[in-house]
Amino acid sequence: MTQQFYVSPEQLMKDRADFARKGIARGRSVVVISCADGIALIAENPSPSLHKIGEIYDKIAFAAVGKYNEFESLRQAGVRYADVRGYSYDREDVTARGLASVYAQSLGAVFTAEQKPFEVELAVAEVGLAQEQDHLYRLTFDGSIADENGFVVMGGLADQISDVVSGDWDPELSLAGAMRLALRALAADKEADALPATAVEAAVLYRASESHRGSRRAFRRLLPEDMTLLLAEEA
Amino acid sequence: MQDPSTGPLATQATSSFTEHLQRSRPELLPFSQSLPAGMVPSSPHATTIVALTYAGGVLMAGDRRATMGNVIASRHIEKVFPADEYSVLGIAGTAGLAIDITRLFQVELEHYEKIEGTLLSLVGKANRLGAMIRGNLPMAMQGMAVIPLFAGFDQVSGVGRLFSYDVTGGRYEEQEHHSVGSGSVFARGALKKLWKPNLTEESAVAVAVEALYDAADDDSATGGPDPVRQLWPVVYTVNRTGNRRVPERDLAAIAGAIVESRAIAGREA
Repeated sequence: MTQQFYVSPEQLMKDRADFARKGIARGRSVVVISCADGIALIAENPSPSLHKIGEIYDKIAFAAVGKYNEFESLRQAGVRYADVRGYSYDREDVTARGLASVYAQSLGAVFTAEQKPFEVELAVAEVGLAQEQDHLYRLTFDGSIADENGFVVMGGLADQISDVVSGDWDPELSLAGAMRLALRALAADKEADALPATAVEAAVLYRASESHRGSRRAFRRLLPEDMTLLLAEEA
Repeated sequence: MQDPSTGPLATQATSSFTEHLQRSRPELLPFSQSLPAGMVPSSPHATTIVALTYAGGVLMAGDRRATMGNVIASRHIEKVFPADEYSVLGIAGTAGLAIDITRLFQVELEHYEKIEGTLLSLVGKANRLGAMIRGNLPMAMQGMAVIPLFAGFDQVSGVGRLFSYDVTGGRYEEQEHHSVGSGSVFARGALKKLWKPNLTEESAVAVAVEALYDAADDDSATGGPDPVRQLWPVVYTVNRTGNRRVPERDLAAIAGAIVESRAIAGREA
């Protein structure tokens, strides 16, 4: 029988974290920005059908970077969690905080107990009636959870992009303004000043969707033509 | 939440909310109980639903009365609901179960849309509803039947379509118009006389309200327009732009006009 080498828990966790970080750093970035009109979610994503951004529930959206199969399974599990909870209690009882803490538990359990940690980073966003009631949670591969204020940046060039966003973020930003800021920030490592609308996947959680859009579901995916229209608005 | 790391996820994956509940929380399904033998205590029943097609869409209307035996259980009950953006359903039969099945069906459609990123086809939705009604068959055998009527806009063919069901979940596509519930025989008679091809939306709403008026006239379990409490039928239209609830104001005017025209006619029966 071969002898098992001793590896200290510190070393083991560090190796796993390095492995996960490397996987995430290879991916393209996602920006989630709270603005006056709601919450804008923008991902650099050339594919029109494999989404990094998704609807979870009435007021809650999901954005992710990393391995597609891993975050897709987490997204689907999140939709199931939210739908079961909303069906058995009430739609009001589904909150981003509840969802984020279940995600944190799942990610933490995988990080410590499984063969390989998830190479993903998630954002859970909930739009409120007023901007102070917006919630942005950021979840990392080891299950740690952070309550962010104003915006979340995740993915390969998170630090560079985050610098651009934090420089110009303002709670008064309109939806178009937030989109412009995100497109500019996502181009951080490129020659261009801003990404074209066709290179991104974008969605929005509208504030007060009941009165403005006649639907309690605040999430809407923006198609490239919607983006072009939106960006043509006055700055 | 099921732990995404446990087991082969792909084999567990389903886009159906009902199937997910069946596996993980069967006690939450409205029709999962197996009832012991015995008499079922009387419970509120919802009655007449009418639906008809018009140029560019389809509409559904329901009265507001629920009865329990010979007593009026509610004058405010709503029996027509939006199922999703492009479809509506109306329910007749045991009210408590029917409302829960409606809620389950609404979540089922939304769940599919979120998981798959696309809407179910109209016939797909109609089949899912049939499966739910079949799931309720054991309860129906105990006297708690739920009979829905389903209508929606078919975005592929660009027309409004209408589906009726039997208690075993059998699904039948209806042409032009249909009605379910205890007042449906009277409503159907009215629809046959009043319905015409290519009705406009406004005249279609008037036809539906008049059919319900006739049902309420002869069926004690169907409620007529109630000017004292300002209660009018619940009417939804579905067309290319999605579903819309017809405002109370319009319904009050239509119901008022029907009552007036019948009073002027001065006929007894």
